[in-house]
Formats: sequence, structure tokens, C-alpha cells
Amino acid sequence: MNGEIYRVAGPVVTVTGIKPKMYDVVKVGHEGLMGEVIRIEGEKATVQVYEDTSGIKPGEPVANTGMPLSVELGPGLLESIYDGIQRPLEVLQQKMGDFIERGVTANGLTREKKWEFTPTVSKGDSVKGGDIIGVVQETPNLEHKIMVPPRKSGTVEDIKSGKFVVDETVCVLSDGSELSLMQKWPVRDPRPVDKKLSPTKPLVTGQRILDGMFPVAKGGTAAIPGPFGSGKTVTQQQLAKWSDTDIVVYIGCGERGNEMADVLNEFPELEDPKTGRPLMERTVLIANTSNMPVAAREASVYTGITIAEYYRDMGYDVSLMADSTSRWAEAMREISSRLEEMPGEEGYPAYLSARLSEFYERAGAVHSLAGLDGSITVIGAVSPPGGDFSEPVTQNTLRIVKVFWALDAKLSQKRHFPAIDWLTSYSLYNDRLAGWFTENVGSDWNELRDNAMDILQEEAELQEIVQLVGSDALPEDQQLTLEIARMLREYFLQQNAFHPVDTFCPFDRQYKLLKSVSQFGEKATDKMENGVPINKIMEMESKDELAKVKYEEDFDAALETIMAKMDEEFTQLGGN
Amino acid sequence: MTKEYKTIVDIAGPLIFLEKTEPVGYGELVQINLPDGTTKRGQVLDTSADVVVVQVFEGTQGLNDESGVVFSGDTIKLPVAKDLLGRILSGSGEPLDGGPRIIPEKRVDVNGASMNPFSRRPPDEFIQTGISTIDGTNTLVRGQKLPIFSGSGLPHNEIALQIARQAKVPGSEEDFAVVFAAMGITNEEAQSFMEDFEKTGALERATVFLNLADDPAVERIITPRMALTAAEYLAYEHDMHVLVIMTDITNYCEALRQMGAAREEVPGRRGYPGYMYTDLASLYERAGVIKGNKGSVTQFSILTMPGDDITHPIPDLSGYITEGQIVVSRDLHRKGIYPPIDVLPSLSRLMNSGIGEGKTRDDHKAVSDQLYAGYAEGRDLRGLVAIVGKESLSERDQRILEFADLFEDRFVRQAKDEDRNIEDTLSIAWEILSELPEAQLTRIDNKYIDKYHPAHQNAE
Ligand SMILES: Nc1ncnc2c1ncn2[C@@H]1O[C@H](COP(=O)(O)OP(=O)(O)O)[C@@H](O)[C@H]1O
Ligand SMILES: [Mg+2]
Repeated sequence: MNGEIYRVAGPVVTVTGIKPKMYDVVKVGHEGLMGEVIRIEGEKATVQVYEDTSGIKPGEPVANTGMPLSVELGPGLLESIYDGIQRPLEVLQQKMGDFIERGVTANGLTREKKWEFTPTVSKGDSVKGGDIIGVVQETPNLEHKIMVPPRKSGTVEDIKSGKFVVDETVCVLSDGSELSLMQKWPVRDPRPVDKKLSPTKPLVTGQRILDGMFPVAKGGTAAIPGPFGSGKTVTQQQLAKWSDTDIVVYIGCGERGNEMADVLNEFPELEDPKTGRPLMERTVLIANTSNMPVAAREASVYTGITIAEYYRDMGYDVSLMADSTSRWAEAMREISSRLEEMPGEEGYPAYLSARLSEFYERAGAVHSLAGLDGSITVIGAVSPPGGDFSEPVTQNTLRIVKVFWALDAKLSQKRHFPAIDWLTSYSLYNDRLAGWFTENVGSDWNELRDNAMDILQEEAELQEIVQLVGSDALPEDQQLTLEIARMLREYFLQQNAFHPVDTFCPFDRQYKLLKSVSQFGEKATDKMENGVPINKIMEMESKDELAKVKYEEDFDAALETIMAKMDEEFTQLGGN
Repeated sequence: MTKEYKTIVDIAGPLIFLEKTEPVGYGELVQINLPDGTTKRGQVLDTSADVVVVQVFEGTQGLNDESGVVFSGDTIKLPVAKDLLGRILSGSGEPLDGGPRIIPEKRVDVNGASMNPFSRRPPDEFIQTGISTIDGTNTLVRGQKLPIFSGSGLPHNEIALQIARQAKVPGSEEDFAVVFAAMGITNEEAQSFMEDFEKTGALERATVFLNLADDPAVERIITPRMALTAAEYLAYEHDMHVLVIMTDITNYCEALRQMGAAREEVPGRRGYPGYMYTDLASLYERAGVIKGNKGSVTQFSILTMPGDDITHPIPDLSGYITEGQIVVSRDLHRKGIYPPIDVLPSLSRLMNSGIGEGKTRDDHKAVSDQLYAGYAEGRDLRGLVAIVGKESLSERDQRILEFADLFEDRFVRQAKDEDRNIEDTLSIAWEILSELPEAQLTRIDNKYIDKYHPAHQNAE
């Protein structure tokens, strides 16, 4: 159905004569700019256009594709970098150079590469939506499972084997449908699953404050709100680098171009701690940076989560980072205000909270249609204006997610990183994961952690007194508490993402480090109770040396030396 | 022959509304012919078969429904040529220096297309500014956007000029070309910039765009876009390293707010448009380096924080986009310290890629972290001392307190013409760090302590 443009006002274009359905994709103007119908009012339809509309005039033609905004799912997603509507940025560069001109289309998946397809079903087998019909080795470590699209089923009439490009038919079903290595899926529809499961395993990140204090479960949801410069992006990138996950979908939503370039530059060089393969091989990047069209920014999170669901359906653990969900919310606000919708809180549309929960609802541990267990962990950065957490995006997000990593400007200004406030952050998964920790980290891990948290809490209370009287006026046991708390903060919680060793801390090291501080605490308390003055304890060299053990390549040996020295020093202190 | 319309039906603030036009393109450049024979320029903001809305750059003063409107059929373009260097232009690109018109090599849309993230090369070349608080603890690199967040009456202009004079990439002979965009600053301020450029000979390698305080606010929306278009052209087509100084971003944002109000838009936080983040990003993101291209665009802009409030929407949204910020502090200024840069809220996000072995020095990162840790703790203790007195501090705390003073006095403070190289900056850092007990240098790997700590030097 062809119509024409009635009005152009920035990214919002009003068209007539196309009789669309909501969310149909339309091609706008002589250059065929891609857009999506977001409102229908009688004869007129409002379209949000994913590209710059400068110079576009009323009267130019508009064509309706009749299809909702969809992504291509199949081998070749990994190692790609896409814009918000799944155009590969590498292809855009080849077609139009270093700056993104408009009106260029590009397939999400390349049609040039042939993939070796090995079928796993035979003629006569009956298959239903989500079933696996064969596999493709997408990267040396990832077996890409080719699935029947969710709403199809039938008996296999024909199945091929060999090398194919993604859109060649490899399987024909009894109803005549032809399946290829690729399927399309509308991004705003969650892909169906058999059932949702409750998460039982942590996402191990190698970041001490996350794993140790506020863990997120595989299939869980977490938010990182914080003012600018507090560490949202670094934390997201650390998670993308070091998490024990099969697939990472990283969405740069309305943020900096250089940060995406950084990932692109670094990830091929870094090793996946799990497989030893380049990190890029497990990664899909979506980059719709702040200077790219705002409507495509709105679409980018849907593009990302749909890709994540597709790999989850194959039975993989997927982590999705969205940096920043606030930019997505602002894109909604910008479009909504152009539509002159009635604004809700702070100008955001009234449906902000619904959209946020629909998005996070797409996370989860699941039993897929293929009968496999997979998960999507969603970690969203939030950028509250002025760092004020009472604003609508932060508040609505906190009502949904189960883990809250609160970044604090006071900590980041002191260069205490990760600048996660241990007093206000929380994880609602700690209880559910307790069993896993006891079994896999240490039988006393949960206890060690709870004790450490208690000491940090106590420190906060004591600090209030110190502010009035100075620390020397405190009784000795409280001075010792302050010292142990300082050790916990500086030795354990602080972790330098840019230090070659400290950037990733395996769980057994986390355990040993926390255990060492705890042992120091116990022995020191014991000595003090037996009359050893606090300043003697404060002067112990081994205590200070423990500060730097986390930077040691040969951690175990270094720790052993220090702890032996600590024993010796304690013995020399006498008492007892 | 382009058609002139005399169909203005409404004039509101900087906006005019026209009916009965042929189809007009969104964002088209418009010329308005006033009854008195003068002309103004504007841009299409909204276009439909029924009505066209035009934003007039020079303001609507003197306009009436007799005025004629001509649509150019084209978006706003800047004529570019290498001859842009050495020229002084108005905020909308007209020569102000009495020189000839620029003979364009080509005409480029001032909005600029967005750089493909895939084409970006992560910036990593250290720029030595000669200022310790920048080079040592908030390092600037080529292709970065690092603004100064300041307050009215603080010496941000001096700092910007000192950087423009001193900035160099060690080991590279080439000077930066400067593109200077004045947005709503006073004539006097503009003059002091121009004089300094002239004195140092920088003007020959500079292009200046001037939109002064008494120029129309609407023009301010175009000025930085003109400047950045010139910068990109010089950088990416003539392989130059361009330093763009835009001042004052706050005036730009005020103009943006004024425009939004005139259009009767639903305002966002504190009356600024909801799209201000996106709009600012369309300026700031035009810094960078492209793979396979020799040039670079580095932005060092000035932003005065209304009421010294860093959470105000202008610095706040800026900080969310730029790659850090250099914060100028009224307290340090009152103490008589120049440059009064407060390192604690300052940040260079690209520092880590621009420093270290082969770039600055292997211990740079650790030294910087340690300076921060010490100074931050010292500053906290100052608050405590005010209440409980110095005596009730432990000895450890007293030394940290002294360290904070030393840091301000030796590391932060320097002369307006003092150009410290990075070795000097790091030596000063080690000197003051050596006043702290060694066990307290927990941010520094032992190998660097052995290599650089003054006490260890003497031992050898
Ligand atoms: N874990 C960390 N280790 C070391 N430095 C960090 C860490 N997290 C943040 N930083 C520092 O803080 C700066 C800002 O972090 P970033 O993640 O970009 O902030 P945000 O995304 O919240 O604006 C980084 O450039 C880096 O210098
Ligand atoms: Mg960030």
C-alpha cells in the first residue's frame, strides 16, 4: 500500500494513505528511510523514522512493508556489531564510509558465507516449534542449533546436509514450509518458552563485590544506577569480559561511540576465561550511540534482547548488558512528546513502567521449546539526572529487578572502585544461592560474607561517632573494628579493573582473601582480649602486606608467605 | 527562480508560521526578506502540507506579515576550504575580519553525519598540556572530548588558553590547529582570547567563529555546528590535529531552552528541553579519531555551572556524554591556588589508554590512584579537624592531612606560564608521596616503589 508524507517534524513523520497496522515497518520518502508506525488516527499514521529526516518533504512517497520490525536470527550473529535496527556497522562502513549516511539497507546476516550444516532430524520425523533440526559450528566453541521457528510444526519431508548460506532451504515440512539456517522474529514480541524456571546458579563475574556481596543469579535481573563517572560502563564491560556465560549481548544504547570502539578493539584480544578463546567470539554488540537517530535507540534494546532469547532457546546462558536504559527511556520520552501524548512523571510517557517491566520480564532461566535449559541475565545501567535515585527510571527499575548495585559519586571521587555502595546495595538472590556457595566456594562462605557485612555496617555507625570525637577516643575493640573494616574495603571490595591481575578474581581467591582478613580479625581480637595493646597490632607488617596480595600473579604463594608471617608476628606479640 | 512567499500567518518569539507553500523540506535553510530591505536567515522546524514552522536565527525583530520568505531547497551548509585557517567568522559563518569570502572547496551540511562507531579508533595518544592536575591525574588524549566545568568569575579562560598554548604530543613536531567557537560570551572575553591567539601566533592556525553576547541567541544553535564542521574538514580531509574550544556551553543550552519555550514544548528538567541530551551529544560526539585517518578532533570546551552546581542539567547531561571533566573549584581559587583544579570530581575517562609504559611512564596509573586516595582522605580529615581539632587525630591521620596540603601546594599550584613535562609532574608526585609512610602506599605495586620512590633512589 503506497501513500505519501503529510508532515515532517524531526524523527516523527505523519503519513497518509497506507492503511497500516501498528508497528508496521514503512519506507519513507524518495530515499526509503526506514520507520515504524507508532500511532494510527483515522487516515493518518504517525511513523518514527530510524534515520535523519533533514530535507524530507511533504508529498514524498511512503511504502508499507506490512511487516513488524524484525531481526534476522541465524549463524553469523556472533562477533557482529549492529546499529539499533540490526544493520551491521561494518557493512555500513563499506557502503558509505566512516560517517553514517541515510537510506542504506543491509542484511543482519551475511549472505556471502556458507555454513556447514549437520542435520539432526531425518525425513519423516515430526517436529514442532523450537525443535532442533541440525547444527552449525558458528565459532570454534559455539554449536549453533538450527531450530524450527516457534509457530511452525509438521513432518520433515526433506532435510539436507552440507554447506549453505543462511537463506538457502535446508528443510521442508509437510505443510510446505521451507526452513533455512535463518529465521526472522519481530523484536517487540518475546520468543516463547516451554516454562520459566527459578534461577539457582550465580553468574560468576570475577568481581569481588558482585560475586561476594551482591551476586546476581543466571537468569536474574540487576540494575546499576549511578551518576556520570561513577563506573556504570566499566562495571558492564567487566561483566561482559569476565562472566562465566556462553553468550554476551552488549547494547550501547545512546552512549559514547568511543566506548563501543574500545570494546571492538579490546575483545578480540582478550581471552574468555572459560574457553580460552577470544572474547569477541561469544559477543554480539549493538551500538546505537548518542549521536545516532533516537528512534533506532528506542529499538536497540529490543533488537538486543531478541538475539539473546534466540541463543537462550538453544540452551545457552546469555548475559545482556544495556548501557544505558535511561537513554532508552529518554528516547521513549522524546518520541512521546513529539506525539504530544499526555506526559507522566518528569515528562516520561505513562507507559514507561510497563515498558521497563516487559523488557526485564524477558530475562529468566527457562526450559526452552527444544527442551533445553537456558537463561538470560539482564543487567541494566541507569543514568539518573544529577545522580538522584528518586527519579522515575531508577525507581521504576528498582521495583522490577532483584539486584541493586548502587554506584556512589563519593566513592568514585576517592577512586574507590568499583564505587558500589555496600550499605545501600542489595541482592535478593543471596538466600537462593546459599547452597551453591556452600558447595562450590566454601562451607563457611555464607558466614564469612555475613560477618564481613556486619563489620562494614558497624563501621558506618562508628564513623558517626568518629566524626564527633575523633578515632583515638574510641575504645580499643572499636578501633580494631574500624581497622578490619578498612581492610575489607581496601583489600577485598576495591578492585582495579585496569590492573592486569586484579581485573579478574576467581572465586577461590575471593574466598582466600576474605578468609585471611577474617582470620586476622579473629586473632587480633583474641590478642587484644589478652592484653596486647592495639597500636602493636596496628603496626603489624603482614597486615599491610596483605593489601597488595591481590595484585600478585602467584597469588597462592604470596598469600601463604604473608599468612605465615602474620602467624609469626602474632606469636611475637605475646599476650595469651 | 526560487519563489518568495508572503504567507506568514503567525510570529511567536523566534518562530514564524507560514501557510500555502509548495512542499518544503525538513531542516531547510530559509531566507527572510524584511520590508526594510534587510534579510535574515532561518531553518524549517516542522513542515506539512498545511503549515511550515521556521526558526529565525537573527530573531524576529522587525518581521511582519509583509516579509517575504524564500526556501533554499537545501539544509544549512558551511563552505569549507583550507583557507578557513586564519579567518574570523560570525556565528553563522560570515567573514567578520574584512577578508574575502571563503572560496569553497565544497559545501558541507553543518549537522554532520554521525561517525560510524566501527570506524572509530580508540583515542590513545597522550597530549601533554603542561598542567600537572591534567597530565598527571586527568590525562587528555588526542580525539577526546574533555570540557572544563567552571563557575562564573573563575579563571577557566586562562586555563583554556594555557592549554591551547602548551598542548603538544611529545615526540610529534606538529602543532594543533585551533577552532574556536564563541557562544554568547562578552566582547571583552572574546578579545582576550583573540589577543592571546595573536600574541602566540596561534591565529594563523586558527579558525574563529564569534557569536557574542549581543548576537541573537538562536544563531548560537548553529555556531558550534559550523565550528565542528570546519574542524572535521581540517582533521579528516587535511590530516590536521584540531583542538576545538567551544565557550560557553551554558549559553548554548540557554539558547536551546529559549527555543524550546518559543515552540511551547513540554519542558524537561528545570525547563530545559527533554532532547537536550541528544542535542548536546550531536556536538560532543563529533570528537574522535578515525581508523586509517591521520587527523583528529579534540574538544576542550568551557561550561560554567549555574550556581556552581554540578548536578544542574547542563553540566550533568554534559558529563554523561563527554569523556570526563576538569572541575575548577571556587575554594581553591579563594585560597589563591592557580590553576584551581579540583581533582576529586575531575575525571578523564580516556586516561587509562593514554598513559603507561611507552606512552608516559609505567608507574603513572598507580601514582595517580595513590595521589587520589591520599588527597581524598586528607580532604575528609579536614572536615573532621574542624570539629575535633588536630590533636585528636592519630599520627597516621595527621600525616595524611599534611599530605593534602602538600598536594595543593606543590602538585596543583603552578604558574600561568609553567609548562611542566610529564617527568616533572611525576617527580613532584613521588616527592609528596614520599612524605607518607611507605606501608600506606597501597595502590602502588612494590616494583614501582622500588623503582621510583625517592627513599629507594638514595639507597642505591
Ligand atoms: N572497577 C574500576 N576500576 C578502576 N577504575 C574504574 C572502575 N570503575 C570505574 N573506574 C574509573 O571511573 C571512570 C568512569 O567510569 P565509567 O564506567 O565510564 O562511568 P559511568 O559509565 O558511570 O559514567 C573510568 O574511566 C575509570 O577511570
Ligand atoms: Mg557510562
